[in-house]
Amino acid sequence: MSRRYDSRTTIFSPEGRLYQVEYAMEAISHAGTVIGIQSNEGIVLAAERKVTSKLLEQDSSTEKLYTIHNNMVAGVAGITSDANYLVEYARTQAQQYYFSYGEEIPAEPMVQRLCDLKQSYTQYGGLRPFGVSFLYAGYDEHHGFQLYHSDPSGNYAGWKANCIGANHSKAQSILKQEYKEEGLSLHEATALVVKIMTKLMDTATLTSDKLEFATLTRGGEGIVHHIYTPEEINQLLKEQGVLAETDPDQMED
Amino acid sequence: MECLLGLVGKDFAITVTDTSVIRSITVLKHNENKSRELNPHTLLAFCGEPGDTINFAEFIQKNIKLYGIRNNVELSPHAAANFTRRELAQALRSRSSYQTNMLVAGYDAQKGPSLFWIDYLAALVEVPFAAHGYCAYYCLSIMDRYYRKDMDLEEAKDVIRKCIDELQHRFIINLPRFVIQVVDKDGIREIQL
Repeated sequence: MSRRYDSRTTIFSPEGRLYQVEYAMEAISHAGTVIGIQSNEGIVLAAERKVTSKLLEQDSSTEKLYTIHNNMVAGVAGITSDANYLVEYARTQAQQYYFSYGEEIPAEPMVQRLCDLKQSYTQYGGLRPFGVSFLYAGYDEHHGFQLYHSDPSGNYAGWKANCIGANHSKAQSILKQEYKEEGLSLHEATALVVKIMTKLMDTATLTSDKLEFATLTRGGEGIVHHIYTPEEINQLLKEQGVLAETDPDQMED
Repeated sequence: MECLLGLVGKDFAITVTDTSVIRSITVLKHNENKSRELNPHTLLAFCGEPGDTINFAEFIQKNIKLYGIRNNVELSPHAAANFTRRELAQALRSRSSYQTNMLVAGYDAQKGPSLFWIDYLAALVEVPFAAHGYCAYYCLSIMDRYYRKDMDLEEAKDVIRKCIDELQHRFIINLPRFVIQVVDKDGIREIQL
């Protein structure tokens, strides 16, 4: 019977719910984890890569962390192809704002524009909603560093630390315990992210082909966004003492 | 025939606009306000074709106020000036262009005061002092001679007095009244010389 209400994505069920939106959120909670933590010196994002195979070409392009514009990096969890479309949309919107105002778009309006699009798919036209949640690490001169989360319904909120994807509730409870508001340095935030990632992925050791990493910090001239290369990730994991000793090619799939 | 001046001081920007509406050889009005408040810290002063100027200035004003309501943060003077330029440039390349020259004076909490010069061809420049129209012939040289950065309000008023004196001595058009407005950390206010 439930089929009657599932088939149309934008129709309320008798209990007043939009099933397709809820299913989309369910799909996301099976996707690779993304964690974001705000610190005094900037924001750290880390993402788990689900697709690892020794046959997979290991190029340097990232799968889950994207630059939106000069002052924003986003991590995605969910259907990658949907995410690609939304990232492209976000980048276009950011440049359109720059075209109009000659300044980088502030963080919240950027998130809002994406969420307006996501929302429209829960109301108009017979298409399914986007199966993607985002964690945005942004900066603007109004409110400094900001971390936002948005889901397929088009809801968004600002966070000090958050996690999306598989095991997000477990990660959130660790974050609740371990996150300290005052005086958290970027280094400590990084350590916390790595620690949670190892717990979630249930291993003591990690490598760059399972993890992506990005930071948004103050640089010499303005804001620096940095998506780590595999070598940099391995270096970071080594510093944190969790780098897998084995050669990645030898790993089991 | 109109007069539009502006300059940037230590912690403020200042604009001077005449108040005459002139058509052909007749003065229609002596108390026209040729500026609009874009947001609490940005002022748009304008001159040019009378219908175009007010239409365009209010279009910009409303859009920038709307931005403030939508986003809970106000546009910076720099962004407001760029937005104004972009809209003017787009109109310029349509069948309904505006013949409007403008100065955008603003105060940004982080970057301090600023002044932007925009002409009807949608050229935008950030400048320490500026003038539009015929009065530029008289006033730019005076401001060039007496302008210093980090001037306080009294010193700026002195320079403006010199400009207005010169206009009233040499310029063939009679401009009896001016509106002088200051934009600083407290917002926009009108002052007397």
